[in-house]
Amino acid sequence: MEKTRIALKVNGEEREVLAPVHHTLLEVLREELGLPGTKHGCELGECGTCTVLVDGRPILSCLTLPVECEGREITTVEGLAGTSLHPLQQAFAELGSAQCGYCIPGFLLSAAALLRERPHPTRPEIAEATAGNLCRCTGYLKILEAIELAAERMRHPDMEKISG
Amino acid sequence: MAEERPPELSVIGQPLPKVDAAAKVTGQTLFADDLVLPRTAYARLLRSPHPHARIRSIDVSRAAAHPGVVATLVGSELPIPFGILPVSQDEHALALDKVRFVGDPVAAVAALDEETAEEALKLIRVDYDVLPPLMSIVEALRSDARIHDYGPRGNVHKEVSFDFGDVEAGFAEADHVREDTFFFEGNTHLPMEQHAALASRGPDGKLTLWSSTQTPHYVHRALAQVLEMAAAHIRVIACPNGGGFGGKSDPFSHEIVAAKLSMKTGRPVKITLNREEVFYCHRGRHPVSMWIKTGLKRDGTITAMHFRSALDGGAYGSYGVASLYYTGALQTVTYRIPRYKFEGVRVFTNKPPCGPKRGHGTPQPRYALECHIDKFCHDLGLDPAEWRLSNALAPGAVTANQMKVRTIGLRECLQRVVESSGFAAKRGRLGPGRGVGLAASAYISGAGLPIYWNAMPHSGVQIKVDRSGGVAVFCGSTDIGQGSDSVLAYVVAEELGIRPEDIRVVTADTDLTPVDLGSYSSRVTLMTGNAAIQAARRVREQIFAAAARKLEVPAERLRAASRRVFDTADPLRSLTFADAVVLAESELGTLGAVGSYKPPRSVAKWKGAGVGPTPTYSYSACVVELSADRETGIVRIDKVWIAHDVGKSINPLLVIGQVEGSVYMGLGEVLMEEQAFRKGRHKIPSMLEYKSPTTLEMPPVESILVETLDPEGPYGAKECGQGPLLPVIPAVANALFDALGIRIDEIPITPEKVLAALEGRLRGPRMPELTYPETVVVPPLEPAAPAAAPQGAPR
Repeated sequence: MEKTRIALKVNGEEREVLAPVHHTLLEVLREELGLPGTKHGCELGECGTCTVLVDGRPILSCLTLPVECEGREITTVEGLAGTSLHPLQQAFAELGSAQCGYCIPGFLLSAAALLRERPHPTRPEIAEATAGNLCRCTGYLKILEAIELAAERMRHPDMEKISG
Repeated sequence: MAEERPPELSVIGQPLPKVDAAAKVTGQTLFADDLVLPRTAYARLLRSPHPHARIRSIDVSRAAAHPGVVATLVGSELPIPFGILPVSQDEHALALDKVRFVGDPVAAVAALDEETAEEALKLIRVDYDVLPPLMSIVEALRSDARIHDYGPRGNVHKEVSFDFGDVEAGFAEADHVREDTFFFEGNTHLPMEQHAALASRGPDGKLTLWSSTQTPHYVHRALAQVLEMAAAHIRVIACPNGGGFGGKSDPFSHEIVAAKLSMKTGRPVKITLNREEVFYCHRGRHPVSMWIKTGLKRDGTITAMHFRSALDGGAYGSYGVASLYYTGALQTVTYRIPRYKFEGVRVFTNKPPCGPKRGHGTPQPRYALECHIDKFCHDLGLDPAEWRLSNALAPGAVTANQMKVRTIGLRECLQRVVESSGFAAKRGRLGPGRGVGLAASAYISGAGLPIYWNAMPHSGVQIKVDRSGGVAVFCGSTDIGQGSDSVLAYVVAEELGIRPEDIRVVTADTDLTPVDLGSYSSRVTLMTGNAAIQAARRVREQIFAAAARKLEVPAERLRAASRRVFDTADPLRSLTFADAVVLAESELGTLGAVGSYKPPRSVAKWKGAGVGPTPTYSYSACVVELSADRETGIVRIDKVWIAHDVGKSINPLLVIGQVEGSVYMGLGEVLMEEQAFRKGRHKIPSMLEYKSPTTLEMPPVESILVETLDPEGPYGAKECGQGPLLPVIPAVANALFDALGIRIDEIPITPEKVLAALEGRLRGPRMPELTYPETVVVPPLEPAAPAAAPQGAPR
């Protein structure tokens, strides 16, 4: 199979891969770049599980070709945490928002994009921003609550110390 | 166990994060498809394009010669049948001479990469002799063609009929008799993770399989059987499941094929199903037609109930015999029903096989029963909440079908949801297009019997304590997201007085962990919890013996808490847990213990009573408030109140997570989810077209936990993962009647059906015409029958 050289910036790291040109960003992230944190639920753009950020905006990596992402910043769940958990990750863990956890990377990235745009999201705005992410375990409520909690903590960084 | 409950609990009952929470929110949990081994080959399955056909020949030669292909596989290389139940060994890893549904696996190819394997599938030539597809119970019963060559007759897989008391006499003495017919369309689990399996034959000839399975023990047995290998040479590791809900509880073709291909090629072989294939694996909710007849006194007292079910089983047996029994088993464990008759039939059709989905066989009859109750209350002018409260069973009751109820929180659940929702004030008074509905239910906390007959424990736990003070807990249980790994850590931490984060949990590995039967039938918290308590108390005894000598106090006075072992009479007399472990290891040698659990023997004395008994039933009650649009037929759920008798909440955070998830799944089933077929094919095998609720449809949920402290449960705990789904579906149907005055006796309740009902053109469901076998008259239990003592429960 003919392979193409692709230069990608993933989670702040410059990476170069050889991959068949028709392989999706999802496949290249998981298979060529060894970043299996991005999951797949349908590979048809229906479930939101494979959501990653490109230049801060959520996209479906199963419908994106890596060549479209050259020169852009790609963020996966592996790039969300620094040495400590991102406030979203902290809130998801505390509130039991991850049951099986399979859809969670996608939710985290959709939520991270929302909070960057709207630090004070309302519940309907959060629901709207994550409506493209399916979850079968939680009934969504704990996920929505965690996004609210994280938003609050990100606005008031001191709060994390108090309740975290 | 109640008398041994510690004076205060420091871990149990706390809203702690799960032990794997950090791994899950950082994407570090490794699911089956995330695993990669050196030299892995990738396999794909060729699936039948026909719902029903005989295979004349299969030619894989061109696929085998395709560049990059490392092996091919056909059914004749795996001729031994398998199936989850010993009575339904009717599946083959790859079809032998017949295909029975669109999606039935026929052949396999392993190649250096997945795309090459997929290309090579196109080179396989299968010569089919196409047979007429039998896509419904009616078609299957009418046809002379048989899908399988076993079963009592035609395409009947299993049929049952039991009389528990003289129902005809009961109807004769009734003041009011009502009959209703219902239909519950099938739906599927739709786990977010597509099933995957990775098999690797080691240099020693032994086989390891990593799989997204809820039941590694049963997969282990199936592999040994089909591969004709010693089970001791096979290791099955269940990876964390990306959602199960019952859909990963059968041994599957792709698991056996990956294993065989690895044995054949000597290299690791991985198969990951695509989403369409997940729809074909199915094993989801059976479509069930139901008829129910109840006799009542004027005051609402039931004199007799007769229930019939007809299950569209799909192409294979799967758990179907159990599913069939479950459609008749639990009607009796909520309200007083003195005489009961159950008749049921499961029929094979050419559709993906049905099996166990959350609530296994009981959401359909529970929907029918709870709507039927509202209907007869309406007939008699009775209040549906009052009727349920005054007819609820008492603790310790034995039902007509000989099911033993232990603690029962049904009345409290009903009271709490009625009160917090304002049900009485709202019913009939919310105005046009708005309504409230109530329903209640019961579920098992684990099946009383294992799937294959044996006298061994259902769950085993092993604990190793080492001189570092580290504690490792080994158990075969499988975490499918419900938090079973966390429950093990909480229980052992509680008993040893340490913190859950001090414990390493090793689970779901048939080489390393004692058998636990699997994550099905809501059995895991109760059974592994009891086994873990027993093992932990045995370890604690060793540690206390040494600590008692050192501290010069009687061992009975010692307690473990806050990572210390101390004298309850003089708490300053103490040792750290780690020091106590060193003392104990110095005195006794290497420390460790095992514990196990087996459910109490059922009181039931009839053949078929293997389904229904449980260590203890959980109870739920639900009120739904909704708005229905007369113009569009769209139903919007405004709020759900749900109370669940969980016995004791081991971790309220996780319990509420299960309750909310159950409510969500119930709402999906009642309003939109359905398996639709057209011309023999699944019409919508995709997540876009198979509608499931999103964040936008999910209403607020008020969850209320009721604690009944069941003596059979660990710290009193019962199940919570499945039961809370059950009342949601009928509560919606009952609320719709309150809102619009229409009854839709068919699930799902789609906008089309609402409009048809409003316009008076909805044809109600009809029972397929079928005969039931001769009734087995079950004699009542001797009134003095002693209550069975719990067996094997730590006490």
